[in-house]
Amino acid sequence: MSATSSAIGITTKYDAIVVGGGHNGLTTAAYLAKAGRKVLVLERRHILGGAAVSEEVYPGFTYTVCSYVVSLLRPEVIRELELAKHGLQIVPLTGAFTPMEDGNYIAFWPDAASTRDEIKRHSVRDADRYEEFHQLMFEMAYAVKPILGMVPPDLVSPSLRDLGTLRELSRHMKGLGRRKFHYLHKIMTMSAADFLAEFFETDVMKSAMSISGIIGTMLGPCSPGTAYVLLHHYMGELDGAFTAWGSQKGGTGGVSEALASAARSHGAETRCNAAVEQVIVKNGRAVGVALESGEEIFSKVVVSGCDPKVTFLKLLDHKDLPGELVESIKKFKFRGSSGKVNLALDGLPDFTAAPDPTYLHGIGMVEIAPSLAYMERAYDEAKYGGFSSRPYMDVVVPTVVDPSMAPPGKHVMSIFVQYANYELADSTWEDERENFGDAVVDTLAEFAPNLKDLILHRQVLSPWDIEKEFALTTGNIFQGELTLDQLFFLRPAAGWAQHRTPIRNYYQCGSGTHPGGGITGGPGRLAALEILRRTS
Amino acid sequence: MLPTPFHSRTAPLCVSNSWVEWAGYQSAAMYELEHTHEYHAVRMATALFDVSPLYKFHIHGPDATRLLDRVLTRDVTRCAVGQVMYAAWCDDAGHIIDDGALARLEDNLYRLTTADPSLAWLQDNGYGMDVQVEDVSESLAALALQGPTSRDLLQAAASTDLSKLGYFRATQTGIGNARVTVTRTGYTGDLGYEVWIDPDDAEHVWDVLMDRGRSYAIKPAGTLALEMVRVEAGLLLSEVDFISCRKTMFDVQKSTPLELGLGWMVHLDKPFFVGQQALREERARGPAWKTVGVEIDVLALEAIYAEFGMPLQLPWEAWSTAVPVYVGGRQVGKATSGTWSPTLKKYIALARVKPQHTALGGTLDIEMTVEAIRSTVPARVVKTPFFDPARKKS
Repeated sequence: MSATSSAIGITTKYDAIVVGGGHNGLTTAAYLAKAGRKVLVLERRHILGGAAVSEEVYPGFTYTVCSYVVSLLRPEVIRELELAKHGLQIVPLTGAFTPMEDGNYIAFWPDAASTRDEIKRHSVRDADRYEEFHQLMFEMAYAVKPILGMVPPDLVSPSLRDLGTLRELSRHMKGLGRRKFHYLHKIMTMSAADFLAEFFETDVMKSAMSISGIIGTMLGPCSPGTAYVLLHHYMGELDGAFTAWGSQKGGTGGVSEALASAARSHGAETRCNAAVEQVIVKNGRAVGVALESGEEIFSKVVVSGCDPKVTFLKLLDHKDLPGELVESIKKFKFRGSSGKVNLALDGLPDFTAAPDPTYLHGIGMVEIAPSLAYMERAYDEAKYGGFSSRPYMDVVVPTVVDPSMAPPGKHVMSIFVQYANYELADSTWEDERENFGDAVVDTLAEFAPNLKDLILHRQVLSPWDIEKEFALTTGNIFQGELTLDQLFFLRPAAGWAQHRTPIRNYYQCGSGTHPGGGITGGPGRLAALEILRRTS
Repeated sequence: MLPTPFHSRTAPLCVSNSWVEWAGYQSAAMYELEHTHEYHAVRMATALFDVSPLYKFHIHGPDATRLLDRVLTRDVTRCAVGQVMYAAWCDDAGHIIDDGALARLEDNLYRLTTADPSLAWLQDNGYGMDVQVEDVSESLAALALQGPTSRDLLQAAASTDLSKLGYFRATQTGIGNARVTVTRTGYTGDLGYEVWIDPDDAEHVWDVLMDRGRSYAIKPAGTLALEMVRVEAGLLLSEVDFISCRKTMFDVQKSTPLELGLGWMVHLDKPFFVGQQALREERARGPAWKTVGVEIDVLALEAIYAEFGMPLQLPWEAWSTAVPVYVGGRQVGKATSGTWSPTLKKYIALARVKPQHTALGGTLDIEMTVEAIRSTVPARVVKTPFFDPARKKS
């Protein structure tokens, strides 16, 4: 470093360093670079993307290793960063199939008429109510949409801008009308099972619909708070349609690559194999980072895309932080509850419940959620420090629509598995990992007996593996549970929800901040806008 | 409506039972009850379109080149054997009749595909020439195989090496037991092929392609998907973006290749062709209209919806009903077709406007209605094709 001009006596090459090349870190980097800032992204692993990553773990087969579907990616992020130009290509998934234990099934189709016909097989009332439910979730998604795009106001000592936000928020709430407001309140407080019971009479509808309420959360469908998680999964927009899910070309790593490409096109630099040990703090300000290699890199601003625990308790020294914040972050609920099994398959499995064995061949998604009791039992088993012997599984076969991920005629299967308690009571995940993988494959094979013969390769990720490999505390996929006590102005901690930290020039942009987890780019964008506002 | 030679295969797959008439044939609008996945198959895997309803003509004999050079605005003498040319043809007033693909299969044998019946026009123009024009529409079945995996798929099904088959080139090969002609052409702006088949072999070829195609995520697709991708490709559709001058009596509804952005295929310097003089004059004075691509400002549209308390709604299908286009409150043209592009994540349209408003980057105002109330939304003039992947020609 040569001569100096900045206040703390260090010349910096960068305006901002982003710690963690996950999709939110890349989003922040892209926005900052687009605004003309010199940005460096530092990623611990050999590949960018964080949990939105695609890797050829087995030759010829691309696994969408952790996250596996896209829907929540904010349309403004797609538009403002021109992600389509940079390789974003999302295909809507074609439907979802839920086999039941009695050999029956329920399926959801992309078109309303077929779905209605299908639900009618189980209950005409439920078919009617499904349309109502769908409409309500659409309304709710529209109702909360402005909240997703706003920096949470500080309610205790609101700034002028916060007052403006609050005014906007109250006007918006008033505009919702009584009915929608009351439903919103219910969604915020109820369990998914109770909320769904207000609509549906058949058990299979309730269980099939409850899955979005528990994903990424150490709660069963009967636990209060899960109705919100349900809504969170309905907020996605694909081409202007709420509640649609899709598969990114080449897996979710393709989203990260598009974001990285957008960032680089604006001049951002990205570096892999560059693990950050600590944020360098001088006189209460962040001035750069120290890598594990010993290298120090300085910048005017440091942004952490890591989860709150890593952001505050690993990258910083506790003594630099207010005790109250340290306490809140320590109490922030992660409770990793899920694992992932990725399979390379020689062909498509036949599900015995399907009316015709090739039924699945045109469908991208299978839900192993045969009944509410099955789901709740899966939770019970994991609650006391274990994993479900017969877990809930969200199975996606992206190769049905995207043949680029496997050799011709072969397939990859992504299995999101719940529940797997990060804290095993009597064993370690190193010992249990493959047992867990066996439980997944055995259970799935109950519904698709030829599955085992088709498996060419299997990758099992327990919550412990996810933590170790992807630096997500306890393997929580949302960087902290999406429960009401950890949302909006409480995410990640009261008073620190505006992407700032008590350390000047140190910001947070991960899913542990508002508007939360999933491939949304929301936290990354809001953080970047906040940084630009405060440092312009 | 007549069944195409593939009807025994397409009908059972057409779950939606959603058929449209295309040149007198029964053509699937969509196979599933929703066309979205068929659209995505074009951009992500391979879509299989039954394009048999196209009109097809064989032009052969010593004067085949002479006839075609007289009819088409393009210099046909430059078309090598094994080459395919996209071409247009006009009447004496320089008004466009049709556009289509011309394949030179042999020295004195061409195949022209058209949207409309063209036998009489071709024959009449061959007066005194040693040339035969034959309508082979019914004796030639056709499939379009379009999308990023179409090359690998077709290669897996074909009996000869197709890796050297360049963009807009034709070759003969075998598929299963059938001899077919393959052209690297299409109406999607993507990597893709069209396969020309003896109707007796049609079902067999379909079966082989569908069977092999399973490994490449093939999906049969209908006209709804096709209309979206062709807008993305910036390709014009007859009777939507222009009307054949032989189908309208009113000058206001006619257009010229220059107005349609097809000036690049008008070779004024070649020997006489139909419409040459009129087009020469038009080029000298400049066309009265130009056809441009526009990108509709989705944020502005969203703001209009918000005034109605509604979230943004994007069209699910391509539209093809013309809407007015304004500059400074004065109408300067019309947008003739448009679509939300799920691939580009942009709302795009083709518009015919006064030439002074066609500079790239310029802003036009396009009429949009929300709840049947009229508004205008800014639309920026951009280059076409809107979507132009490298794989199309590579």
